[in-house]
Amino acid sequence: MSVLHPERGPRFPDGRPEDEQPAWRQDFPIDLPQDVFVARRDYTKFLLLTSFAFVIGQFWIAARSVLRRGRGRPPIAKVARIDALPVGGALPFNYPGPNDPCLLIRLDDRTLAAYGQKCTHLSCAVVPKLDQGELHCPCHVGSFDPATGRPIAGPPRRPLNRVVLEVRDGVVYATGVEERTV
Amino acid sequence: MKTRVGREQDLTVVYGILCLVLILVVLQLWLLMATMNAFLGGDDVVVWPAAFASLACLGLNLGLLRSLYRVGR
Repeated sequence: MSVLHPERGPRFPDGRPEDEQPAWRQDFPIDLPQDVFVARRDYTKFLLLTSFAFVIGQFWIAARSVLRRGRGRPPIAKVARIDALPVGGALPFNYPGPNDPCLLIRLDDRTLAAYGQKCTHLSCAVVPKLDQGELHCPCHVGSFDPATGRPIAGPPRRPLNRVVLEVRDGVVYATGVEERTV
Repeated sequence: MKTRVGREQDLTVVYGILCLVLILVVLQLWLLMATMNAFLGGDDVVVWPAAFASLACLGLNLGLLRSLYRVGR
């Protein structure tokens, strides 16, 4: 085939026709462009698998959002007596469930704030460093503003979950959790 | 069997398809990250539209893979 139509047949690295190739190459005539084509096609198949995995991830998030909506509002829970917390102090508590650690902070005489203790970067526990004006995440040196819960330094991009508080007769109650993107 | 020129043209088409698939996969990755960020921030509005957009990207990718097999014939 390659004598009459030299442009046809397998293409060899040195460009010579098949019958001028050494015997070993004639026995194993690998067509390089075809080989490249097959490699690219296999790579595209792998990319499609990745694409499928992303779709699964998206629908997993969607399913989780449906489940979350079904949970409804969290209960109202007593956190502490207001006089048990000095100005500049912090008190850990769990809300809304026993595995949801939060921090109650007294910023000044009249201002209280409470945040989820999980860092929004990789869920390490943030520790209050109110004398330095921050809630500090020791894992990757992230910092949050105690007044707003917004990130001020380090890798976290989202603010801490804010616990909605209500003070009645000197007692602090948690009434909900506000998740925020900014 | 195809000619050399035909094969080279095929390879150009293959590279074009591969680039499009890559762009779509990167778009899906960005979509997943943005949706995850919104979901963890309590925003559920974007979740379903993003899931269907990602599914559409997968559909496009499947079409491109099919055309890739056609090129190889």
